[in-house]
Amino acid sequence: MTVKISNRIDSLENLKEKANEFKRQLDDSVVISICSGTGCMAYSSDVIYCGLQKEIEKSSSKTAKKIILKRTGCHGYCERGPIVVIYPQEICYLGVREKDIPEIVEKTIKGEIVESLLYKDEEGNPIVKETDIPFYKFQKRIILSNNSKIDPQSIDDYIRIGGYQSLAKATSQMSPEEVLQEVKKANLRGRGGGGFPAGVKWETTKNAPGEPKYVIVNADEGDPGAYMDRSILEGNPHSILEGLVIGAFAIGSNKGFVYVRQEYPQAVKNIKKAIGQAKEYGFLGKNILNSGFDFDVEIHRGAGAFVSGESSALTAAIEGNVGEPRLKYIRTAVSGLWGRPTNLNNVETWANVPLIIKNGADWFKSIGTKNSSGTKIFSLVGKVNNTGLVEVPMGITIRDIIYKIGGGIKGNKEFKAVQTGGPSGGVIPEQLLDLPVDFDELTKAGSMMGSGGMIVMDESDCMVNVAHYFLKFSADESCGKCVPCREGLRQMIYIYERIMEGKGREEDLILLADLSLLLKEASLCALGTTAPNIVLTTLKYFKEEYEAHIYYNICPAKVCVPLISYVIDENKCAGCGICVKACPVDAIRGESKKPHIIDSEICIKCGSCIEVCPEKYSAIEKKTGLVLEKAKQKKETEGGVDLSK
Amino acid sequence: MSNKKENLNKIKFNIIIDGQKVEINEGDTVLQAAKKNGIHIPTLCYHEKIKPHGACRLCLVEIEKNSRSKIVASCAYPVEDGIIVHTESQKVEQIRKNLVELYLALFPFNPEIKRLAKKYKLSGTRFKKENNYCILCGLCVRYCREVKKNNAIGFVGRGINKKVTFIPDSAYFKYCENCMECVDICPTGVFPSNYGMERFPQISD
Repeated sequence: MTVKISNRIDSLENLKEKANEFKRQLDDSVVISICSGTGCMAYSSDVIYCGLQKEIEKSSSKTAKKIILKRTGCHGYCERGPIVVIYPQEICYLGVREKDIPEIVEKTIKGEIVESLLYKDEEGNPIVKETDIPFYKFQKRIILSNNSKIDPQSIDDYIRIGGYQSLAKATSQMSPEEVLQEVKKANLRGRGGGGFPAGVKWETTKNAPGEPKYVIVNADEGDPGAYMDRSILEGNPHSILEGLVIGAFAIGSNKGFVYVRQEYPQAVKNIKKAIGQAKEYGFLGKNILNSGFDFDVEIHRGAGAFVSGESSALTAAIEGNVGEPRLKYIRTAVSGLWGRPTNLNNVETWANVPLIIKNGADWFKSIGTKNSSGTKIFSLVGKVNNTGLVEVPMGITIRDIIYKIGGGIKGNKEFKAVQTGGPSGGVIPEQLLDLPVDFDELTKAGSMMGSGGMIVMDESDCMVNVAHYFLKFSADESCGKCVPCREGLRQMIYIYERIMEGKGREEDLILLADLSLLLKEASLCALGTTAPNIVLTTLKYFKEEYEAHIYYNICPAKVCVPLISYVIDENKCAGCGICVKACPVDAIRGESKKPHIIDSEICIKCGSCIEVCPEKYSAIEKKTGLVLEKAKQKKETEGGVDLSK
Repeated sequence: MSNKKENLNKIKFNIIIDGQKVEINEGDTVLQAAKKNGIHIPTLCYHEKIKPHGACRLCLVEIEKNSRSKIVASCAYPVEDGIIVHTESQKVEQIRKNLVELYLALFPFNPEIKRLAKKYKLSGTRFKKENNYCILCGLCVRYCREVKKNNAIGFVGRGINKKVTFIPDSAYFKYCENCMECVDICPTGVFPSNYGMERFPQISD
């Protein structure tokens, strides 16, 4: 690629001039921005984008105002996508559909508001501004807020909001040591899960012998249900690049890598484009911003292994080997990629760096708690009303996240637990809802921050089943190298399977505890040492559910298929026959207009019948516990089994 | 102790292993240090000719450093001056006992496992028996790669589905020298009869 000299920016002043120029270009114009994050894309936001484009073209003759249409990154409120925001008034439209397009354009031209698309609070009052919506109001969006303001594929847009000024400040007004000390002082802790102070890590790499030194962006976000790194990569790739270059400048590295999952094609595309643009503007390559500092970055696409997010496995993967963790008695900061000092940080960590340089360590420390500064992005998913990405200051309680931001539990059901930290984390029960969220508190509760997944569960979730699900994930994603992790997880899954089938034994709980301890102490890498967290926390907080499964063959949440049965209440059944037609295995019998019965021998427990049974009858009931002969047998042999539940 | 001449120029570290004060060369691992001083640490995936793998976890020991203790794999942990090593502390024994019980479900016939099972008075295992004898220590794979430089054997799959196999399945004609050393090195002694290696050393169709 030929570098156009004309686009090169060589000083902070030059950069500020450019920013003002881009800002002026937006004067007197209206910007219609549409979220093109993954969530909104799934709601076909690109169709709406095209529709808006056509509509604007059509009506451009009617107005003197310049209307700019913009695709932005993820706004976070994925539950109510696609999101359209009109600037400068910040009018926020939620759940926009194709039919709304003409009205939006028409009213925007007139300077009016489409009231039907606004957020309505509990009393039905519309809220115009995005930042006034409860979902956003209680957040502190220092990283994510830029997502909604810029077009991720345009470096000019990033420069307009002050982008790369931190880099220019660092390279022109600070020494590498000063940059490092600032980050160290800010106590920026690794957002990837470990919470290790980034500044300390940088210092280790900087002082480690050996050249060249490498810096890496870890974008191998593999947690089920977590997508904050994805949204930054897709929505604001330049912020990560800027942080990376600043870090490289502080450490003294001239080569960086972005390790991004193959499963994130849009992220790969955007970061690739960002790198090209940054090179063109002189933020990457030789003599960055006339400082004499050279830095180049390469993209490495992951092949889809969760364990490759572990630092030593990740470096092995970049080297071209199997992504398998190695013994890390010499840290990757000292001996990483090709045996050279390598500093590896998570996407979100890097994205925080420009903010720290821009606003100072004291500003950063003023947010959050004493030992965990700044904000953290969580992906709030599961049985909660407002799912999406939320960025909150550290120290906020889980209750505030779920009830104030998340809007409470879906369908007014009862809250049961929240799973934090992805497969490596644990569950947090209701009695700990007022726990302040930071690295140390979550670890104390037996869970962890992890990458920031937050899966809310209600009364209809079986904790045994949940634990089994996450263990299965860990077992599938384990590299299989060390015995405790591979064989321990295998045995744990056997135990869970038999508990869920109603064949659990009394000693199973002891076995699970023993294995958990073994994994925690003896596994080679963090995947193994954290995998039992889900077992230990569910055992600690929901032991009675395990016991119900084992002793009474009852699944309290009625989830574990072998332990549930469907029964027709003969007093309620009108014999309408709808369920007979719905049953895929012909397990329901009965004469017309007379109560039907379900043959439990044939029934596959799919639940189709309960769904179709007319509400006025509601004759089918989902039951759990020992049924029919099996129950009688068990009662005779063991005595005193309570079947009334 | 033996090759004193060779060790003259090396920096010496003083460490304590199981209460015994010993002097160790810099760069040695804890396992090597123990071996040189006649202290036995059980291993399955360790071989002096190959780089440490750290997979069998039998060699875990407890280390005290700056009055903090941690569990490490002795086969790979480089000695540091002043550390105190406990090869049979209560914590180590607890872990090893549970580990041996896992091995009993996997491959109960290895002499070291048998010895340890006896030591911990384990008559059987509480875990479900696996029919796979391979413990995936990777000795064959690593020996072939690092010592023989042939790369005829490799791992496929990951997690609980990991296996040892020839790469690609029948290409051993090309890379395998038929030295049979992988058979000797296998701690389970059942090397060829498992993991798609039935054909070894016959000729594939």
